[in-house]
Amino acid sequence: MHGFSVVLTPYNLVLMFVGVFLGIIVGVLPGLGGANGVAILLPLTFSMPPTSAIVMLSCIYWGALFGGAITSILFNIPGEPWSVATTFDGYPMAQQGRAGEALTASFTSSFFGALVAIIMITFIAPAVASFALEFGPPEFFAVYFLTFCSFIGMGKEPPFKILVAMMLGFALAAVGIDIVTGQLRLTFGFTELLRGFNFLIAVIGLFGIGEILLSMEEGLSFSGKTAKLNMKIVLQTWKKLPRFWGTAIRSTIIGCWLGITPGGATPASFMAYGIAKRTSRNGAKFGTGELEGVVAPEVANNSAGTSALLPMLALGIPGSPTAAVLLGGLLIWGLQPGPLLFVEQKDFVWGLIASMYLGNLASLILVLTCVPFFAAILRIPFSIIAPVIVVICAVGAFTVNNAMGDIWYMLAFGVIGYAFKKLDYPLAPLVLALVLGDQAESAFRQSMLISQGDVRVFFSNGLVGSITSLALLALFWPLLAKMVARLRKGAG
Amino acid sequence: MGSGISQRSAEMAVALLTLVIGLTVVIASYQLGSKWANDGPQAGYFPFYVGLLICIGSVANFVACLRNGAATTQPKLFAEWEGLRRVAAVLVPAMVFVAGVYLIGIYLSSMFYIAAFMVLLGKYRIWKGVAVGFGVSFVLFLMFEIWFQVLLPKGAYNILSFVGH
Repeated sequence: MHGFSVVLTPYNLVLMFVGVFLGIIVGVLPGLGGANGVAILLPLTFSMPPTSAIVMLSCIYWGALFGGAITSILFNIPGEPWSVATTFDGYPMAQQGRAGEALTASFTSSFFGALVAIIMITFIAPAVASFALEFGPPEFFAVYFLTFCSFIGMGKEPPFKILVAMMLGFALAAVGIDIVTGQLRLTFGFTELLRGFNFLIAVIGLFGIGEILLSMEEGLSFSGKTAKLNMKIVLQTWKKLPRFWGTAIRSTIIGCWLGITPGGATPASFMAYGIAKRTSRNGAKFGTGELEGVVAPEVANNSAGTSALLPMLALGIPGSPTAAVLLGGLLIWGLQPGPLLFVEQKDFVWGLIASMYLGNLASLILVLTCVPFFAAILRIPFSIIAPVIVVICAVGAFTVNNAMGDIWYMLAFGVIGYAFKKLDYPLAPLVLALVLGDQAESAFRQSMLISQGDVRVFFSNGLVGSITSLALLALFWPLLAKMVARLRKGAG
Repeated sequence: MGSGISQRSAEMAVALLTLVIGLTVVIASYQLGSKWANDGPQAGYFPFYVGLLICIGSVANFVACLRNGAATTQPKLFAEWEGLRRVAAVLVPAMVFVAGVYLIGIYLSSMFYIAAFMVLLGKYRIWKGVAVGFGVSFVLFLMFEIWFQVLLPKGAYNILSFVGH
């Protein structure tokens, strides 16, 4: 409760609305998506007090979560990967002239999904944090190990591609000065590389520039449906929505679960859609413009996006690329996410959580009132938007380290992002490895020091042993699943 | 479906590239010292294994590529020449823009970049391109120099010095 008083200053409230507004724009424009938008705006917040800064950034995050739905419904272009499932029923609804209904449903569902997740975080986070106080270096490394193994084991891309992408992230993280020994690593005599690669630059390049290049290649032109959104339509839709409470609850559970594990909002939205389709009475009509088909993925992706913040705050492990960027931001401000954050920086943490409730509400209000404006943005022809986005990305890249070289790296990452997306190499593990690389490595080294080089330290007690085993299980899951399937086929 | 670079060649090229990167990391780490010193792992220990995993993964990807002669799930083409031309149309001007920042600073460079993009690729009239370019540049100026107090590069030839910044 104290957190609300921290947040409710006029300055913070203004920042909140500005943040949400920027976030929605960012979510609506291609190439500027959630992670990228937060990355670009992060350095701007350095001059603000940390609490205000994180309030604004988390509101940008919200705005982006909501914004992706606008383009999905009106233009059949998912603004975010997790908005793809929303297009399945959202766009047909727009085509039938029911865009206002679809938008209202999606925003309200998003609000609901996020709200449940925030409530969950409020109650569970401190418990997880105090549990995590018992963690030592081996336990932390085991958790990192689990995160990365689940990416490889549960990802939909070929495992070796995930491995390569992830390891490239680690390699990039290692460039520069080694913290422990002070030696230069992987710099090859280039003083430019002393800085190492900042994850923000990578994110802006991979997700931002890469997206622009991709859109450019496909020659996208935006011609969307118009939407009439007024109070009458909003109220009518709100009357229809409570019918879907079952779907909403199911989707929220899926979202919260997948958000915490490094699965993320995208698989959550698809899974929720699929399950809703199978369990709903109108399942057969999904895909033709069923309201429920919009509710399910939107509840799920917002729950997931929000609950991705839980492991980030309590353990220091981000559940999604955007959470990874927020994590990076916290580190830059000298706030170490993890169990100690709850103990030492209570004001900050509860302020953040309070801002999540308010940010969620602010987003809903803003989004319901401003849809035509946001839709209009997309009608700006690509030849104007593209260079403007590139300029914004370049400025964002520069403000991270005040280094011109970073802008070139951004372009290079852009090309990498473009190629990787086309070749099915996942970007999320790369970014996560880049953000967590140094920490994971130092946790590993400290563990090794404690055990004098014995790898068995990772099985030395019940807690770390079970986490490590879980990690190995996740890693080899696809192999195990195949073997089990073959055994069953043999027996049957 | 036009002609272009095949998905398969692109995959193989990237796999080879990551293999080269992996080998570079491995060699550099080895030279740095990737063994166990008496006070713990040397600086190159962790990156060595990271590089090794990159190499293993790259080889696996390359082999998978050779095996999937005609994969059904992947598109046949990585990109058509037409599409790549469009990508270059964004990338090359972007590079010129970044080079321009060194010379004339970010505000002027972005103004020219946006204007040129609109006129040459979007086929807009010159005055419209310049207007939008100037407008965006001006808004950026207000936002960064004045409001956020964040100084952006002004280039080697600081043409904006007459404005006092």
